[in-house]
Amino acid sequence: MAKLPLPAEENLSPGHMGCPGCGACIAMRLALKALGKRTILAIPACCWAVMPGVYPYNSIDVPVLFTAFETAAASASGIRAALDVRGIKDVNVVAWAGDGGTLDIGIQALSGAVERRDDIIYVCYDNEAYMNTGIQRSSSTPIGAWTTTTPGGSTGNWKREPKKSGVEIMVAHRIPYAATACVSYPEDFVRKLQKAASIRGPKYIQVLCPCPPGWKSDPEKTITIGRLAVESCMWPMYEVENGVYTVRKPAKRKPVSEYLMMQGRFRHLKEEDIEMIQKLVDEEWELLLKKEEMSQREKPADSRGP
Amino acid sequence: MVKKLINGNYAASYASKLARAQVIAAYPITPQTNVVELIADFVASGEMKAKYICVESEHSAMAACIAASATGARTFTATSSQGLLLMHELLHWASGARLPIVMVNVNRAVGPPWSVWADQTDSISQRDTGWMQFYSESTQELLDTVIMLYKVAESPDILLPGFVTEDAFYLSHTYEPVDIPEQAMVDSFLPPFDPPFKLDVDRPHGLGSLSMPHQWYMEMRYNIAEAMDLSRRRILEVEREWRELTGRSYGGLLDEYGTDGADAIIACAGTAASTAREVVDDMRKVGKRVGLARIRCLRPFPTEELRALGRRVPVIGVMDRCYTFGDGGPLFTEIKSALYQLRDRPLVKNFVAGVGGRDITMKTIEKMFENLLRIGSSGLDREKEWVDLKRPEVV
Ligand SMILES: Cc1ncc(C[n+]2csc(CCOP(=O)(O)OP(=O)(O)O)c2C)c(N)n1
Ligand code: SF4
Repeated sequence: MAKLPLPAEENLSPGHMGCPGCGACIAMRLALKALGKRTILAIPACCWAVMPGVYPYNSIDVPVLFTAFETAAASASGIRAALDVRGIKDVNVVAWAGDGGTLDIGIQALSGAVERRDDIIYVCYDNEAYMNTGIQRSSSTPIGAWTTTTPGGSTGNWKREPKKSGVEIMVAHRIPYAATACVSYPEDFVRKLQKAASIRGPKYIQVLCPCPPGWKSDPEKTITIGRLAVESCMWPMYEVENGVYTVRKPAKRKPVSEYLMMQGRFRHLKEEDIEMIQKLVDEEWELLLKKEEMSQREKPADSRGP
Repeated sequence: MVKKLINGNYAASYASKLARAQVIAAYPITPQTNVVELIADFVASGEMKAKYICVESEHSAMAACIAASATGARTFTATSSQGLLLMHELLHWASGARLPIVMVNVNRAVGPPWSVWADQTDSISQRDTGWMQFYSESTQELLDTVIMLYKVAESPDILLPGFVTEDAFYLSHTYEPVDIPEQAMVDSFLPPFDPPFKLDVDRPHGLGSLSMPHQWYMEMRYNIAEAMDLSRRRILEVEREWRELTGRSYGGLLDEYGTDGADAIIACAGTAASTAREVVDDMRKVGKRVGLARIRCLRPFPTEELRALGRRVPVIGVMDRCYTFGDGGPLFTEIKSALYQLRDRPLVKNFVAGVGGRDITMKTIEKMFENLLRIGSSGLDREKEWVDLKRPEVV
């Protein structure tokens, strides 16, 4: 990482229990670089509840509260409240949860914390399924994907529903800051985290983290696959600040097939399935660009309210 | 000390203020609502220096309390019935994480059908969560016990959560004159919360991480068992201290009344004990030797106290204000199990009464006593009896 303009600080020790090529490990390492030592994490049940290591070992060098599956956001709220009453002002409180813990079972607590405007950073590391329990579908699993609970079988019943959009749900909450990120773009992710840390109130970052066993991809291809997700616009990279969208446009768009075919979880898809996904991605992308255009044009002075 | 006319719920709010709870996270449910409304007022007026988190569910309320407690803040919440059941998963989490959270639960029936009235199913079904459980008989007792419970829970050798219950409407909404202790006195009794371990950026630790079978999970469970056992002695110590300060005490874990030389006693928890006290007085006046043993503390369980009582009293009627399906009422099975090791065991009979808020009258309790005195000489008639049960008319 010496060549990248990233903070040199390491707050994740070697020796964690993640799989080789785990995107979520990269995400944590970057996040702890970006946020520094004055950070407290709340981690619910998910791969990251296991990865720091078995008690009494712990590869994370900031305080961590391991908590129940659906409580990441409420736990972060509790930590923030306690720091407030103890007069501690300069600590980042970070909820760190998987897509299942965020967009399925934990969404009530997340919605509550964001609506209350609690001063927390919520990072959803999105590996697009429940990986810790062995690759079951989540609402964030993309359409067409194989998982153990969308196995396809003879009926071809792969994940039939499009991915739920965490950022759009957050935008509907009038969150001050929401963004997507991807571990293949470390500087971008670090910048977004640092920006989030500078804003008061709730912040939400959903970072795409390829998962070799869950995506049935080669561990050494994690970064390439992440890049393709962004370049194909399967994973649009954008930020929403007080309702104003900023979208990062790929220099040259790639077809989704290139992204899909690098992963075993999509290998069953037929030509027409891929066309359907391409069409969906195109529509979503167009819509996103329109949102950007409209919100930039109508830029409110401050939509955060009093 | 100021005497105020307040209900049980307000007593809970005053207690949390006097204990200087720093983080309150709570969600409204009938009949608990005015506990949190008054706390919100205290916080809004600046009378209470605390953070009040308006969470979106009881599950999040307990999650936030757990996190705040782990970050070194004294926490408080209150709930009832379905709310307590929604917290169930996290009640285990709080005790496993050794966090001395204190809560008030208004004992209310569990649906269906919907019922907001007194019934102890909600809290009794949390028996195995590792929380200390206190059942109050009066508003004053509720207020005092919340403050005492913080001191017990936060003792470095205990570090366990606990709750105090009040029967729906009988205590939650009934106004009684209550001594509100001086803040300075409570401060002298209850030192600020300063846990040995907390989330601290200057001393980073992971709290609650993974443990393997060959490692420390089992030992940590054993430590909780030890702490729960130790809490028996601590509860008595703390109550003694409170009595020295205020002149008030409530009988420790098992509150006995008229048990000396009794031929039969009734054991129960909650407000029905008040009614039973009156009946004991009346029956004693006409020479019937009956008494009361109020289970004030269900967890830890007053095993030794009950055994001592069981050695002296030949007949014990156990009155349960709820039922756990499959064997008998919960207090009944607990008490029977405590008495099992005695060489000469008393007769034990289960009365199920007042379920879903049905009134437990003096007449009802008198009938129970008469029955107990009778079976004392003639032998047990029925092991379990649902009292004042209406029979639907057969068409
Ligand atoms: C209440 C509850 N239900 C189910 C589980 C089992 N469980 C643990 S982790 C997990 C999936 C986590 O998925 P996600 O949040 O996407 O994180 P990942 O494992 O992919 O990192 C599940 C279902 C649990 N711990 N608690
Ligand atoms: S299963 Fe996936 S997310 Fe979990 S540790 Fe392995 S690579 Fe990372």
